[in-house]
Amino acid sequence: MKIKKLVSGMALAMGASMVSYGALAADTIKVGVLHSLSGTMAISETTLKDTVLMMVEEQNKKGGLLGKKLEAVVVDPASNWPLFAEKARELLTKDKVDVIFGGWTSVSRKSVLPVIEELNGLMFYPVQYEGEESSKNVFYTGAAPNQQAIPAVDYLMNELGVERWVLAGTDYVYPRTTNKILEAYLKAKGVADSDIMINYTPFGHSDWQSIVSDVKKFGSKGKKTAVVSTINGDANVPFYKELGNQGISSEDIPVVAFSVGEEELSGIDTKPLVGHLAAWNYFQSVDSEANEKFITNWKTFIGNPKRVTNDPMEATYIGFNMWTQAVKKAGTTDVDAVEQAMIGQKSPNLTGGVAVMNKNHHLSKPVLIGEIQDDGQFEVVWETEGVVPGDAWSDFLPGSKDLISDWTSPIKCGNYNTVTRTCSGQNF
Amino acid sequence: MKRYLALCCCVLGLLLNPALNPAFAEADQPHSVTSTEPSPEAVVGRSPKVQMLLIELTEKSLNKAVPVLEKLEQSGGEAMLPLFRTMLGGNLYFIKASRQVVALVETASGDAFADVFTGQALPDVAKKQTKKIRVNNRLRGYLRDAIARIQLSSSDPFAREKAVRNLLSELDQPTIEAIQSARVNEPNTAVQEMMDLALAMHKLTNAALAVDQLEAIEALSGSLESEVRNLLARVSESENYEPAVNKAAASALVKIQDKVEFYAFIDQLFFGLSLGSVLLLAAIGLAITFGVMGVINMAHGEMIMLGAYTTYVVQLMLPNHIEYSLWLAIPLAFIVSGLMGVLIERGVIRFLHGRPLETLLATFGISLILQQLVRTIFSPLNRQVASPEWMSGSIEINPVLSLTLNRLYILAFALLVFFLLQLILKKTSLGLNVRAVSQNRNMARAMGVRSDWVDAMTFGLGSGIAGIAGVALSQLTNVGPNLGQAYIIDSFMVVVFGGVGNLLGTLVAAFSLGIANKFLEPVTGAVLASILVLVFIILFIQKRPKGLFPQKGRAAE
Amino acid sequence: MSQSLSSIARFSASDLFKGKGQPGGRVAPFVVILLAVTVLASAANLLLPESSPFYVSTYTITLLGKYLSYAMLALAVDVIWGYCGILSLGHGAFFALGGYAMGVYLMRQIGDRGVYGHPELPDFMVFLDWSELPWYWLGMDQFWFAMLMVLAVPGLLAYIFGWLAFRSRVTGVYLSIMTQALTYALLLAFFRNEMGFGGNNGLTDFKDILGFDLQSDTTRVALFAITALMLALTFITSHWIMQSRLGKVVVAIRDGEARARFLGYRTDNFKVWLFVYSAMIAAIAGALYVPQVGIINPGEFSPINSIEIVIWVAVGGRGTLIGAIVGALLVNYAKTRFTAIMPDGWLFALGALFVLVTLFLPKGLVGVFSQLTERWFLMRNRSQVKNSSAEESDKPLSTGAQASAGVQTKEASV
Repeated sequence: MKIKKLVSGMALAMGASMVSYGALAADTIKVGVLHSLSGTMAISETTLKDTVLMMVEEQNKKGGLLGKKLEAVVVDPASNWPLFAEKARELLTKDKVDVIFGGWTSVSRKSVLPVIEELNGLMFYPVQYEGEESSKNVFYTGAAPNQQAIPAVDYLMNELGVERWVLAGTDYVYPRTTNKILEAYLKAKGVADSDIMINYTPFGHSDWQSIVSDVKKFGSKGKKTAVVSTINGDANVPFYKELGNQGISSEDIPVVAFSVGEEELSGIDTKPLVGHLAAWNYFQSVDSEANEKFITNWKTFIGNPKRVTNDPMEATYIGFNMWTQAVKKAGTTDVDAVEQAMIGQKSPNLTGGVAVMNKNHHLSKPVLIGEIQDDGQFEVVWETEGVVPGDAWSDFLPGSKDLISDWTSPIKCGNYNTVTRTCSGQNF
Repeated sequence: MKRYLALCCCVLGLLLNPALNPAFAEADQPHSVTSTEPSPEAVVGRSPKVQMLLIELTEKSLNKAVPVLEKLEQSGGEAMLPLFRTMLGGNLYFIKASRQVVALVETASGDAFADVFTGQALPDVAKKQTKKIRVNNRLRGYLRDAIARIQLSSSDPFAREKAVRNLLSELDQPTIEAIQSARVNEPNTAVQEMMDLALAMHKLTNAALAVDQLEAIEALSGSLESEVRNLLARVSESENYEPAVNKAAASALVKIQDKVEFYAFIDQLFFGLSLGSVLLLAAIGLAITFGVMGVINMAHGEMIMLGAYTTYVVQLMLPNHIEYSLWLAIPLAFIVSGLMGVLIERGVIRFLHGRPLETLLATFGISLILQQLVRTIFSPLNRQVASPEWMSGSIEINPVLSLTLNRLYILAFALLVFFLLQLILKKTSLGLNVRAVSQNRNMARAMGVRSDWVDAMTFGLGSGIAGIAGVALSQLTNVGPNLGQAYIIDSFMVVVFGGVGNLLGTLVAAFSLGIANKFLEPVTGAVLASILVLVFIILFIQKRPKGLFPQKGRAAE
Repeated sequence: MSQSLSSIARFSASDLFKGKGQPGGRVAPFVVILLAVTVLASAANLLLPESSPFYVSTYTITLLGKYLSYAMLALAVDVIWGYCGILSLGHGAFFALGGYAMGVYLMRQIGDRGVYGHPELPDFMVFLDWSELPWYWLGMDQFWFAMLMVLAVPGLLAYIFGWLAFRSRVTGVYLSIMTQALTYALLLAFFRNEMGFGGNNGLTDFKDILGFDLQSDTTRVALFAITALMLALTFITSHWIMQSRLGKVVVAIRDGEARARFLGYRTDNFKVWLFVYSAMIAAIAGALYVPQVGIINPGEFSPINSIEIVIWVAVGGRGTLIGAIVGALLVNYAKTRFTAIMPDGWLFALGALFVLVTLFLPKGLVGVFSQLTERWFLMRNRSQVKNSSAEESDKPLSTGAQASAGVQTKEASV
């Protein structure tokens, strides 16, 4: 008798898969949104969900795509990494979405990757990341390390004369890889081992007293010192608060961060942070017509005049625009056709200039360095002359310096080894 | 407030130091002169040359502003202080039409503009008509040095001392001359010492004779300044000096190093105590609900979170009274979290009496609901809670030991809360009832204690204390929906380690875990330190299943 | 232990079909239905064309596979919580350890097909500049050895932890908090990249298992079927143990440990071995879970996950094996649906579910169900009494009533 419950549960589960058939015939283009709306990453990812919804709404106002309306399918992977894979499968097989915008953490992307490749889906990943990856089915619209970390270090070295380096990060793959690359880069530039301090902390670390005091000691050795921070998300607020309270000002020891944008700053009292730096491809404060329009639209869409914009939002914006262009060019939403049409797509940046999608599925974008102002915005103090092409495989890591990614014929490979001329471990 | 100050003074007194230098990182408040008489600053400020330069300043880009500032410093001297300070604070604006520079000042009624030099309010100027003169790190560095140079003749001895210290890193000939001339008339001994230090450093690098150099080393050997240590380290290895000088420098360095290590130990102890105080605040509410009532309240973290959000709301309502907001937030957070606690107790927990593990499940559900509620109301983003001025910065005991003020206040606050709670439990009738019910519910009821009411009050008290902890934590960390999750496990560890039902145990456990953690951290790294502490607790509980201070007698069973 | 072994030996297959209302309830019907559903779903996936209305998508198969491994995990928790009164808030740790052992095996199967094309090292070791495999990765390329580790590592951990805890009589809430500390410590440890398990990213991008492509439908169906089989097997074994004398002692320990001890039972031994048994079931569930979801990372160690497992059991009804399974399936199904239907509000629903279940259904859904059937039987009996002679009426006071009687005795735990 009790078993009936169980059976009905299972039947329901199976029924769910059948219901999806009814939706197949509907004449819309479906856009999957795979961003966490609950759990630890909701802080960052909810904004991107709203950005995609805004872009979909705007596109529909323009008459949709290929004569069809766009329809957003939102799911919540709840900051649970296996759930990302499951939800990606759900979006692709049940909802039959034509494209997915999603992911934030590296692990969420790594979790989704096998599913997307197996089912030949299409995903846009809008966050700066560690590189060392190029999948046929993913377009990376955030910055690779050479579009963020290396220009920032160059700036510190050349403009501020920094000689001693603290590489502080959360014990994640992104900070690990970025710091490995930076360490190799700094050593290539002649920085001694003793002038580099590397520190890793757990996720959500909140007690920074000892580490900040170590940084202070490290910085009191008479050479100009800077902190390169790959500290992730929630841990930043207590870190900066501690810096401010221990009296480390940006003139003494500047901190350049790769994960702190306008949105993170909106949750911090910025007074003690003024003058610290961040490297991104976009800042809300950049004065351009496109940017102004984007900001106005965003504030109207979200109904809050105080909401800010940030770099991953621009990455989503560029990715979405490129996708619509590629679909128009291909005349279909078929993944293989759109994938080929994507390469070479151009889309104006919000900060001026034009972003280009390269053969390795990464963008060419400008790199900006900004100083934090007391209103929570950044003042651009330096930018690259032109655009920097994103590098899927770093030249500074021994394992990957021979690898390139090229998704056009004849190579058609994400990790082509130029020495052995082989392409290993592809899932298709 | 007085109680805090007294406590702080005790801590400082223990650390034995001649001078208490409140070295606020951003203490240079925008200069505001209220008198209507034209001050010397105002006279210089209106001189045509300065006016020209000021207009030039509004036109130059960031990178080209330094030469203009240099000219301003030369022609204006001390009169430029208010200008430089305003600029350093990022409050310098100019009126777009007239290119007149103005200072942004915060007043009770919001932002307003004032004349940079006289401080006279300019009520006609609206924010729209002005543009900010932006500053970057290079400009800030220059401004800070310039202010230091000007302040060598400041009337405030602290400012003079700070000025000399700022100059230690670049002792060029003109600076030394300035210091030498200032030294002659310097009345304050602390400033004199600092100036002598600068002169000795200069002597060590520039004197030709070994005797003079040795004398300089002698003068430097007591100092803890990092510049001095760096200089001595350089001298001890340099071949430009005689071996005797090398040796003297090395031995002076060793002496200093010993002192530095001693202070580093105290520093670490303070970090440990501070972490312990955070643990104590987070756990003490739980010690009541879990320890006294036997309810495993998984929503305890969310009570902390509600307290933090209350602080946020208070600051939102009173944007111009950030300095006092915490005093209002503490009772309000107690009420908000306490009421929520009573609500949970009346609505859910009282039906689950005597089934502690079921309360765990129900309160876990409540914690999910509260988190999502906050996400819906306040958005999933972190909220900004400002630190009042009196909680920012640090007390600098000496160059290698400074205690951050917010940590110091929180440490004192945690102890205060602990003693108040002890007082409530030991000296009030509520406390008596609570203890009676927790020891023997049926007997207490037989004696006429309204156990229902006591349960609700106890739970409310525990939750309210958690709310207060939230106010304190809002000064240290993120205010977001996940705030509570970060502390719940640590809180349970502290309570169990200390012994359930024993507030003193909670206190001892919190501080010993905090200190252990901070002393392990430099050796093992932050992650391994927490793992080791956890493993230690697990093993400890095997040895003493009832924690550090087990409840004795019949109540224990 | 000899006691328990002999009691197991005395167990006869016919017990399976007796359908006694005592702990565990009926076994055969559940197993039959489980296997039937498995066979039908598998056939519907493999044999039917995608256009058929009865086609079961691979997504559903994977999802069912995941649910079933969760059900096994819930079963593991129920064995110690429902029957022995040990509330473990750290059972996710054993699940994750089993998963990691399987994950390491799967990583070794990738061989030189990683993105860097290194013949032996997994990708994450290549970019962390490791030159060789750490010792604990050795031998894991052998399936039998890996499977041995799946059982041995969590089993050993459970033994050590249990031996320490139960011998020093750590009980109740203290024990729960300690298990939570255990899984939290492991979470932090596996989070470290130096551990050599891929840090926060964990292990992913698996290619094949025993030479079968993990992405093919056949392999997925096979994994699903194996999970179902293992669930049936552990269900039967657990039922068997609980029916045996060993099971009686376990329940006695739950209801009055001191009394059981005074009667001469070495209660700590019983508890340790039951704990190890339960940890091993959890580990098997983890090992089956990993190839189906395709990733294992430290998130599985998170204490919240372990609390959730306990909640599945509570929702289904603890102290009945079937209840644990039903709870796991229902709550997870609800989660899947809710996260898709109302992504912004599903936590409200989930939270409310937990509160309402504990308040109004202290015995879980299965408890309510048996209460209802009991009432129904009583009603029918009464009407039968009216209609027929008295001697007929005392016979069919059957399963439902007895089952609920069995459940009622189980309240006083911990």
